[in-house]
Amino acid sequence: MNVNQHTPMAPPYGQPQPSYGQPGYGQPTYAPLDSGYPAPYAPHNGPASAYHPGIPPQAPPPSSQPPTSHYSAQPQPSYSQSHPPASSAPSQLPPSSAPAGSQQYYPSSAPPSQQPISSLPPTSQQRFVSPGQPQHTFPPSSTSYAGPAPPPTQPASTPVTQTQPPFHPHQPPFSSAPGGQPPAFTTGPPPPAQGSFPPQAPPPSSQPGSFPPPSSVSSGQYPSSMPPPQQPPQSQPPTYHPGPPPPQAQMPPTSIGQSNHQPPGPQGPPSPTGPLQQPPLQQGMQTGAFGQPRSPQPGYGGPYQGQPNYGAPAPTPQAQKRLDPDAIPSPQASDMPPVQKSRHRIDPDAIPSPIQVIEDDKAKTTEPFTTGVRGQAPPLVTTNFQVKDQGNASPRFVRCTAYNMPCTADMAKQSQVPLAAVIKPLAILPPDETPPYLVDHGEGGPIRCNRCKAYMCPYMQFIEGGRRFQCSFCSCVTEVPPHYFQHLDHTGRRVDCYDRPELSLGSYEFLATVDYCKNNKIPQPPAYIFLIDVSYNAVKSGLVSIICQELKSLLDHLPRENPEMDSVIRVGFVTYNKVLHFYNVKSSLAQPQMLVVSDVSDMFVPLLDGFLVNVNDSRQVIESLLDQIPEMFADTRETETVFGPVIQAGLEALKAADCAGKLFVFHTSLPIAEAPGKLKNREDKKLIGTDKEKSLFQPQAGFYNNLAKECVTQGCCVDLFLFPNQYVDVATLGVVPVSTGGSVYKYTYFQAESDQERFLNDLRRDVQKPVGFDAVMRVRTSTGIRATDFFGSFFMNNTTDVELAGLDCDKAITVEFKHDDKLSEETGALMQCAVLYTSCSGQRRLRIHNMAVNCCSQLADLYRNCETDTIINFLSKYAFRGVLNNPTKAVRDTLVNQCAQILACYRKNCASPSSAGQLILPECMKLLPVYLNCVLKSDVLLPGADVSLDDRAYLRQLISCMDVAETHVFFYPRLLPLVKLESGALPVAVRDSEERLSKGGVYLLETGLHLFLWVGASVQQELLLNIFGTPSFGQIDSSMTSLPVLENPISQRLREIIDSFRAQRSRYMKLILVKQEDRAELMFKHFLVEDKSASGGASYVDFLCHMHKEIRQLLS
Amino acid sequence: MTTYQEFIQQNEDRDGVRFSWNLWPSSRLEATRLVVPVSCLFTPLKERPDLPPVQYEPVLCSRANCKAVLNPLCQVDFRAKVWACNFCFQRNPFPPSYAGISEVNQPAELMPQFSTIEYIVQRGPQTPLIFLYVVDTCLEEEDLQALKGSLQMSLSLLPPNALVGLITFGRMVQVHELSCEGIAKSYVFRGTKDLTSKQIQEMLGLMKPAATGPQGRPVAPQDAAASCRFLQPIHRVDMNLTDLLGELQRDPWPVPQGKRPLRSTGVALSVAVGLLEGTFPNTGARVMLFVGGPPTQGPGMVVGDELKIPIRSWHDIQKDNARHLKKATKFYEALGNRSAANGHSIDIYACALDQTGLLEMKCLSNLTGGHIVMGDSFNTSLFTQTFQGVFSKDHNGDFRMAFGGVLEIKTSRELKVCGAIGPCVSLNSKGPYVSENEMGIGGTNQWKMCSLTPSSTLGIYLEVVNQHNAPIPQGGRGAIQFVTQYQHSNTQKRIRVTTITRNWADAQSQIQHIESSFDQEAAAVLMARLGVFRAESEEGPDVLRWLDRQLIRLFMFHLRRSPFLQVFNNSPDESSYYRHHFTRQDLTQSLIMIQPILYSYSFHGPPEPVLLDSSSILPDRILLMDTFFQLVIYNGETIAQWQKAGYQEMPEYQNFKQLLKAPQDDANDILETRFPMPRYINTEHGGSQARFLLSKVNPSQTHNNLYAWGQESGAPILTDDVSLQVFMDHLKKLAVSSSA
Repeated sequence: MNVNQHTPMAPPYGQPQPSYGQPGYGQPTYAPLDSGYPAPYAPHNGPASAYHPGIPPQAPPPSSQPPTSHYSAQPQPSYSQSHPPASSAPSQLPPSSAPAGSQQYYPSSAPPSQQPISSLPPTSQQRFVSPGQPQHTFPPSSTSYAGPAPPPTQPASTPVTQTQPPFHPHQPPFSSAPGGQPPAFTTGPPPPAQGSFPPQAPPPSSQPGSFPPPSSVSSGQYPSSMPPPQQPPQSQPPTYHPGPPPPQAQMPPTSIGQSNHQPPGPQGPPSPTGPLQQPPLQQGMQTGAFGQPRSPQPGYGGPYQGQPNYGAPAPTPQAQKRLDPDAIPSPQASDMPPVQKSRHRIDPDAIPSPIQVIEDDKAKTTEPFTTGVRGQAPPLVTTNFQVKDQGNASPRFVRCTAYNMPCTADMAKQSQVPLAAVIKPLAILPPDETPPYLVDHGEGGPIRCNRCKAYMCPYMQFIEGGRRFQCSFCSCVTEVPPHYFQHLDHTGRRVDCYDRPELSLGSYEFLATVDYCKNNKIPQPPAYIFLIDVSYNAVKSGLVSIICQELKSLLDHLPRENPEMDSVIRVGFVTYNKVLHFYNVKSSLAQPQMLVVSDVSDMFVPLLDGFLVNVNDSRQVIESLLDQIPEMFADTRETETVFGPVIQAGLEALKAADCAGKLFVFHTSLPIAEAPGKLKNREDKKLIGTDKEKSLFQPQAGFYNNLAKECVTQGCCVDLFLFPNQYVDVATLGVVPVSTGGSVYKYTYFQAESDQERFLNDLRRDVQKPVGFDAVMRVRTSTGIRATDFFGSFFMNNTTDVELAGLDCDKAITVEFKHDDKLSEETGALMQCAVLYTSCSGQRRLRIHNMAVNCCSQLADLYRNCETDTIINFLSKYAFRGVLNNPTKAVRDTLVNQCAQILACYRKNCASPSSAGQLILPECMKLLPVYLNCVLKSDVLLPGADVSLDDRAYLRQLISCMDVAETHVFFYPRLLPLVKLESGALPVAVRDSEERLSKGGVYLLETGLHLFLWVGASVQQELLLNIFGTPSFGQIDSSMTSLPVLENPISQRLREIIDSFRAQRSRYMKLILVKQEDRAELMFKHFLVEDKSASGGASYVDFLCHMHKEIRQLLS
Repeated sequence: MTTYQEFIQQNEDRDGVRFSWNLWPSSRLEATRLVVPVSCLFTPLKERPDLPPVQYEPVLCSRANCKAVLNPLCQVDFRAKVWACNFCFQRNPFPPSYAGISEVNQPAELMPQFSTIEYIVQRGPQTPLIFLYVVDTCLEEEDLQALKGSLQMSLSLLPPNALVGLITFGRMVQVHELSCEGIAKSYVFRGTKDLTSKQIQEMLGLMKPAATGPQGRPVAPQDAAASCRFLQPIHRVDMNLTDLLGELQRDPWPVPQGKRPLRSTGVALSVAVGLLEGTFPNTGARVMLFVGGPPTQGPGMVVGDELKIPIRSWHDIQKDNARHLKKATKFYEALGNRSAANGHSIDIYACALDQTGLLEMKCLSNLTGGHIVMGDSFNTSLFTQTFQGVFSKDHNGDFRMAFGGVLEIKTSRELKVCGAIGPCVSLNSKGPYVSENEMGIGGTNQWKMCSLTPSSTLGIYLEVVNQHNAPIPQGGRGAIQFVTQYQHSNTQKRIRVTTITRNWADAQSQIQHIESSFDQEAAAVLMARLGVFRAESEEGPDVLRWLDRQLIRLFMFHLRRSPFLQVFNNSPDESSYYRHHFTRQDLTQSLIMIQPILYSYSFHGPPEPVLLDSSSILPDRILLMDTFFQLVIYNGETIAQWQKAGYQEMPEYQNFKQLLKAPQDDANDILETRFPMPRYINTEHGGSQARFLLSKVNPSQTHNNLYAWGQESGAPILTDDVSLQVFMDHLKKLAVSSSA
């Protein structure tokens, strides 16, 4: 983006300080640790050595400057390292602004963790010192990582040698796990690396001079041991990975592929089996770590070897961009062996802690949140609070990225802060909040502005004694219809203001008239059609019987407006494999009738009467049918399925019945039978990391796009439940659900025993949840801004109307706004989101959400009133859509860039002058780096080797309609230590890092999709007894999916917690038990997002350093 | 003359054959001069209760292109145990089983009274009969109920091992699976899409035997029949099918105002044919189509669903204004030919007040030997009884129906076969017996008749090829052998062989003899068939002209007026219907069709046949007219008045009651025996239904000449048609002038 603009401004520091000062952190702290586990880490060093190329150069500097000194040296709260005088920083910031939002974190040394925090409270600003150090300092820091012993010595060769030996011993264990692969990681590289090492080292250095290497070192955080070696030789940036000769030899091809992709992470671990396997390595390491090292610091998991990978891509590209050779290092850094990283880390407690922020917000929020005040940011999504609608929509409906919008496009452009709102139009409110009132304006329909058609809302100004009103969106004056006339009081407000929801509330509903209906006809009640795959796989896995069994009871819980009444939704049933079977369940029949349609090439609905029926009328027939379906197909040997015709069938049925509705498709396999929409298996992991990767996210053929369009026209929403045993091409199958406002659920390797609960809960919720049909959403804004882009599950025929065949209570739509003119601080910016939909009883309604935010002419105001969670929601959706059309790497680069610019802009324009080495973050955005890193590390943008294409496509689609709370927990999982369970309150969560796990504890981790219960290896017997009913760690059955019901407070409370977690999420989370050092732990660790990830994602610390570097480059 | 009449009658009774000439002119030249060709009406399966079939195989001539069957005309050398074929003169040894024959111990086929003989042969597996019901559900509720009743009834008439299947159609076509428990299952086809036989079989899951389809349940492997889920032995699915028929609903798709229901007859038939084709090729099977209206969509569509566009009339057809006609006809012809090739016959039971597209669909039945029945409603006795008639049984308790018939004709060398007209298709067997001159379905000496009844009658046209300069020796005889192979309704394979012979006569010297051998009735029917055959393929007026040219010397007044040639006052469907029956009924019935019979009942004496003339319509008579398709009882003016006055109820007028009853009893006799059942009309003077009678009688008195002729008797007919008198006068004039 505009990054470059800023750079000129910041010339002062630019080059001299490649931002990597970070290396300096944490050293003190860890030093001891390192010593603690020489053995485990040694191996790492080995690999590290590979990349040592960088190190060697660094080594010298480090020695010269002890990194630690820096930290300690930093006296002040903003303990920027003095080196680069703060002056260097663009001092622009008006003091006022600075205090407002920014905090500077100091990467304090050992004690740091607390330091920062303590420091924080006092000053709103926290300075983040970490990187601040000049490059010189840097090297030292890097050295520090290198590992206790070796680093100091630093001679490249020496470290290598040293490390290696130790390493090898370890390898064996690893290798076994990953399939000999791990070696790739360590072993492989080691030998070659070492050998090559010396030679390589030179090359790297050659590049940018000595610097690059150091930089790399600093970034050294990058785990990939392997790549490093290569890198040096190659041109530093991107190339390195692909090439890694050493790794190749040892590593399986896959690893290579990955490496291309993700320079950093993939190397070692991925190659073998994928990310999961990597973990084993880590495990091995960890355990080692745990055992010995930990003892000193019980708090954290030992040193986390996790490889720091930030958006691997990011580093590289940037490196290229930069003029300064020094910058380059960053990419290389990634190559650095994990070991080293861990060593030289910054104290994690010294950097912004999501938990802290969350807890602070909780503590701060004591009063109900009232929406009457314009521009007031609501509490975080993680905080429980009550909302009082006083004229703006509740944050449960609408959340904005910025509650102070910049007045001008220039400002917006300069700051790069995305202006967006996440709207969840049909969100369910907690019981203590009133759902939107229903307003009926009579036959004339809702009263609207004549020009822009905005609906009556609290922002409308009544004038001329109430005979007219002026639209606050477009300023047009409209007559008040006689029946709506009301006198004004002395303040110019209508007397009945508080009697009318549309004049006093932010959210309400209008009853729509026939003019708002399709074809000017009052809609029919909607229909639900269940389409069940009965091919061999579905029958064999027990799926068919489960569905049929469940439907029998589920049909009594179809959504209804009035709980007293029966639902008016009609239901229909279809089963299919290569052909489709429709069922006539007319109430007058004694037995259901099956109608087989084999002509899938030209789908049609074979019956009209009796296909869609009222549940109560046809209960007997339906039950008979559901009883018989599993029997009928019990012996089926048909393995092929169709898919396109299935949706067509449902669509045609709805067309024939002239109603909207929802299809529930239960599908198992890639549709390869001859029919429209037939797919071929195109799973090709070789494409990952190439420019063609994006094609994997795109649908195979245009067929489904066209079909989706037809569905939307008819108001046919498709929910897809997938039960694949292999590749099913979610990217293509998901097109219709995603375009029709439906959902995709995926149960890979579905097993009746273990997955039934999750599936059935999802199904129940999906069937029961409130939903609107045939919806059109329109966002109107005040003059000056415009809704320009939309993200979510929907279809758009033009640029303004969001068409949703179905819209349920869990779907959120993210809307991006752009300036097309100036806004004024006085009037602020208004937006009105109107959703026209057909309710589940067939009533046509308009739901209106109004939102007003402030406008600001000062950047500082903007930064003071932002919401990071919402920004992340927007950025992730933006990025996930980006992968459809851009190489993944480019997408990651863009993300990192944009964030760097946001932060750089703040630093440049708002923060108080300080050392360039300081990382200064706005208070509202201090979590941006950590969250962004999580986005970058997500399976979509940085897949591990075991993440299937389907998984990625699935997640990509899933995220696109998540609201802020869901994206938040998805990207930064909630990790609860299960301590003091007896008390009513939830324990305070801990940060997602292995360091935070205590071997003696039990932890619950929740992502919104997964739920893990992690049990430490040395947990107390009593706790085990209370939770599992067994005293022995070894006896815990790790395949259990639910906890035994035990009569003790701990067990009860724990189950309560689990239940409450599940209740909060739109999808049921299966409980996965993870025993420490168990194989499943690999998967679990994937969600410890502050750590280096097996797939090469950077650790938080590393990424923060990287981000700092980026910022500094922008400023310089 | 009497001798000839006896001879003719005897021949008909024994061999089911009536020749136009019973002495044959001995040369081609003479034969052509006779105008009426040497031809015959042949009823292959004429009921012969006195003819027990023999239980062995026929002995065939060993010459490859002859293969004639040993018959009484063959010369037999009992000593050498050889016989000479009377067609090709090949000498053939008797098979070993005939070793014991002698002059006194002759096999049946050598005895003169066995000029017709039937063999039962054991060849191939015996497959049960197949009945596939194809039922239109776009009917009025009343009609549908009646039809369901008839269908359920028919199940009880079927032999237990017969295979039955059910296809229903309306907007969609449903093929019902009969073997399933619980859920009634059917395969559905879109009514608008023309599918190939292969596609149909694929979609029905018939391509891979067993284990296909969604119901992978293993099928009982006992018999092949079980492998097809759609055709099941009646004894196994009786209950299922009865229930299924009972639950049959009217087509549920709404029919908007001003539209016809969408009826996919074409696809339904296509599916039926495809189904049988794939499962039981070359097996006796009947597809029974029940329709209550014209096909309105998809292939074979006859008329669109817009009610404002009426179904084509003759007027439209002549104006070339029937846009679906050609396409639909082509479609049904192709279907009929496919079905015929597989030996499956197609019946059409069309009951509706409007036309149902018989014109287009007739070929289905005509080509496959199926029945066509036309009625006003399924809820009439006309339909129910006719339908029952299909399942009538002979004295042995076997159905009066046979399947897969193949008729082969062999002739002595002076004769060749020109063709046949009747419910058959050519098998394209070119042999030495085939004439290049085609009449009717020619170019072959073998025809296939997918379905036969004892009354099915073919017109066979022959040609004398002997040259004038190669006279036949005195006393030479010509012979013709008809070999009919068929599947009896009890599933036996049978062969019936009829060998007949006639003398040659020199036309110049024996013209009187030839003349006296002329069978006027047979000739009339045979020529009429030719006329109808041409009418089917040519424009009406052209045919009349041809007929007039050909027959100017013949008495064909009524034929000219009959619905077989005249389309006036008849819908295209009716014409097709009448023609269909005309080309398959035997001589007697055909004659009735040409010239309706009129009986008069009165107090003056016993019932007497009277002239089919308007002069026969008298006030004190009751008339009974039988036109084959209609049975009209007409009460004269006085009678009608008496009846209204209720005299028949008074004891003293018992005789009047009897008079009223007499024609009804006679009519009932006819109704019971005739297939299809005629439309029964009981009317009176001045009644609207009287038009049926009035349109048939000779208009000797019309409004034009009524007063000129005085009012002595009869009733005037309001028509411009010429009366027989005028016709005869004209004829006489022409005859004189042309002969001059």
